[in-house]
Amino acid sequence: MPLMSLTGNYAVAHAVRLARVKVISAYPITPQTTIVEKLSAMVENGELDAKMVRVESEHSALATVFGAASAGARAFTATSSHGLLYMHEVVWWAAGSRIPLVMAVVTRAIGPPWNIHVDHQDIFDQRDTGWIIGIAQENQEVLDMTLQAFKLSEDPRVYLPVMVGLDGFILSHTRAPVDVPEQELVDEWLPPRRQPYVISPESNYVMGNIAPDEVHFLMRYSMHEAMEAAKTVIKEIDKEYGEVFGRSYGGLIECHNCDDADYIVVITGSWSGDAKVASDMLRENGYKVGVARIRYIRPWPKEELEELGSRAKGIIVFDRAISMGGYGPLYSDVAGTLYSNGGKTSLVGVIAGLAGVDVGAETFKETITSIIHKIEENGFFFEPRLWLLPKDYSSREKMLEVAKRWL
Amino acid sequence: MGQGPILQAPETFFIAPLSRPAPGSVGKTGSWRTSKPVVYEDKCTGCMLCWLYCPENTILKTSNGKVAIDYDYCKGCGICAAVCPFKAIDMVSEV
Amino acid sequence: MVINLRKLPDKKYIMPGNAACPGCPETMGLRYVKMALGDNVVLVIPAGCSSVIQGISPYSGINAPILNIVFAAAASAATGMKAAFETMGRDDVHVVVWAGDGGTGDIGFQALSGAAERDEDIIYICVDNEAYMNTGIQRSSLTPYGAWTTTTWKGKKEHKKNIPMILISHGVKYVATASVGYPTDFIEKLQRASKIKGFRYIHLLAPCPVGWRFDPALTAKVAQLAVETGLFPLYEYINGEFKLSPIAKRYKDPSKRRPIIEYLKLQGRYRHLLDKPEEIKKIEEYIENTWKLIETLEESFAPGKDRGKKIFDAL
Repeated sequence: MPLMSLTGNYAVAHAVRLARVKVISAYPITPQTTIVEKLSAMVENGELDAKMVRVESEHSALATVFGAASAGARAFTATSSHGLLYMHEVVWWAAGSRIPLVMAVVTRAIGPPWNIHVDHQDIFDQRDTGWIIGIAQENQEVLDMTLQAFKLSEDPRVYLPVMVGLDGFILSHTRAPVDVPEQELVDEWLPPRRQPYVISPESNYVMGNIAPDEVHFLMRYSMHEAMEAAKTVIKEIDKEYGEVFGRSYGGLIECHNCDDADYIVVITGSWSGDAKVASDMLRENGYKVGVARIRYIRPWPKEELEELGSRAKGIIVFDRAISMGGYGPLYSDVAGTLYSNGGKTSLVGVIAGLAGVDVGAETFKETITSIIHKIEENGFFFEPRLWLLPKDYSSREKMLEVAKRWL
Repeated sequence: MGQGPILQAPETFFIAPLSRPAPGSVGKTGSWRTSKPVVYEDKCTGCMLCWLYCPENTILKTSNGKVAIDYDYCKGCGICAAVCPFKAIDMVSEV
Repeated sequence: MVINLRKLPDKKYIMPGNAACPGCPETMGLRYVKMALGDNVVLVIPAGCSSVIQGISPYSGINAPILNIVFAAAASAATGMKAAFETMGRDDVHVVVWAGDGGTGDIGFQALSGAAERDEDIIYICVDNEAYMNTGIQRSSLTPYGAWTTTTWKGKKEHKKNIPMILISHGVKYVATASVGYPTDFIEKLQRASKIKGFRYIHLLAPCPVGWRFDPALTAKVAQLAVETGLFPLYEYINGEFKLSPIAKRYKDPSKRRPIIEYLKLQGRYRHLLDKPEEIKKIEEYIENTWKLIETLEESFAPGKDRGKKIFDAL
């Protein structure tokens, strides 16, 4: 299989090409834009036999691919940040219809102020919509996860749309070697499009008119059951993909140094790589730290985290998003999951890396070390919101000084 | 040129917001009426204007080329009587 | 083209027992859409009365496949459906948007403008009842001057936004106005539009007895009066040619028009201005200006003269 030097965005484009998508629609937004640029070129030069609809907004982009999917075409869109928020109601509408669909989300901070750098506020904002949401760590996984997303979404046990998250710039605009599968192999592995129904003159189906409240309730329940089934399907697809293409990632979470770990770092996205490096460094210092990288925030890897929680002394969650006045979203789900073991595990939620502020392996190492010390000193430590403010701005005096200059 | 998708039945509990066209999606709307259209066959020429304008599709074409009313569903708006050029339909109070 | 009423299909295109109010112009209009286009149609319906008219699932009172869609996205969802049918070799399927005046001229306007500019191969019908009727008669940009609504208690202060003219400016192939008062004219227009490839727009006036405050028996009559008073001219713009529809031609002559007061006094939404001659005069001026615009278009875009077409071709 050819090894290519690809940005994360180009890796997405190649996956879309390999999946033989028929209808693509998107609107430019940094850092997503190069996905549609590449796909436009692929369509124009005949590499990809698809219709490319260059719409006037993200709201229309998702509505267009949703319309196409409901009529029976494999369809794809991509967006980022404000574009994702702008299409938010269509995100719900598409999931509720149970029509398979795939979208790439290049994660980016939300304004104001304008900021094109990575955080996870945009993608976590979609958490409750009924989309399966995967977040990749590096470019190879971006390609693999996108390709798998089509099979997952179109599985009759699932029939839910799938979002593939990749971090803005860190992945989207950074080249890395990516093994791009051969088309023939993909054709053998990925079945033709399947879906539960189509809207067509022959089907005479109507989608979305008013339903009795009780039945609407059942629709939500059925989406949840599909999410539960997706846990199995994700693992199945991950395993068979490994057999065919030589790469498996471990299903809903990927564990690094977890087996004998006393402390588990829970994290998602590209900075998981830095957390893994930190865990290796900490092991050299005698701390048994593992990293559980969440690959899918929906469906939530409840069982895996319960198991890790049952044997770890402490869980440290890093969130690159914050529900202001509440907690980090990843933390909330972890806390909800760990309650099943009676609150015996120490638990800390760290808010860090917002608005693209870099968090390197050293910083991870320092933060994790100080948390471990607190746990070991007291035997137990619980802190739902530990703000890892940007270096040089973390004292109250410094913060007040900055605040003065900005007003 | 591609083909249509494979329609494959869901394999988990599945209920989607789907409908199919059918009469009575909110019940027998004839009960909404306060007055009902009555057709005078002797005056009806079968011009079909009432049939054309009826918003409910409750004007039925009869075998003798005239019209009858589907009272199960007619909401009694009175458009048929208003558009009839021959005064062949009267609205008669039902309350 | 003369349509024989007896030859129009007698299928239940509207299923009786739906949720429309008595005298609803939307169910009237939907019947004509399917009479004209047959069964090879899918409808895309954004939020509005027609989403509710369908009734309660698993049944629908509109006899057509429908993709219901969020308010702002009708033209885009239709774009996608058409694209999908094309990739499957199904060029024959008519994808038809059925959207209200709010879904067309306000919240859905961006998507509409985008689809028109891209010349998407869809038929877009704006069923114009001149306010947000489904939510309870609130003003839209297509509510006419002076009309009472529940957000303009003393009457709207601005004139109606002229969507068909805006669509003509997009350079689309087909734009027409129609009225539920003249079903065969509407059906003919749909049939002509169905033979053209590209973006087609039909603006259908749909008087709403509930929102306009008139007796539901008068829906057709009010829809005819709008044309007979000259307030709502019926016309067609096809590929650079503009022409008044046969029914509307006579109203070019102001003396042939019915006095506007006949139209206004039937509707409770105008009750507050019936004793204000200066307000009625404003509506009369609006009619005059509308016809001045029509005359200009007739002249510039007259069939055969190609002047208008040349203007657009040159752009």
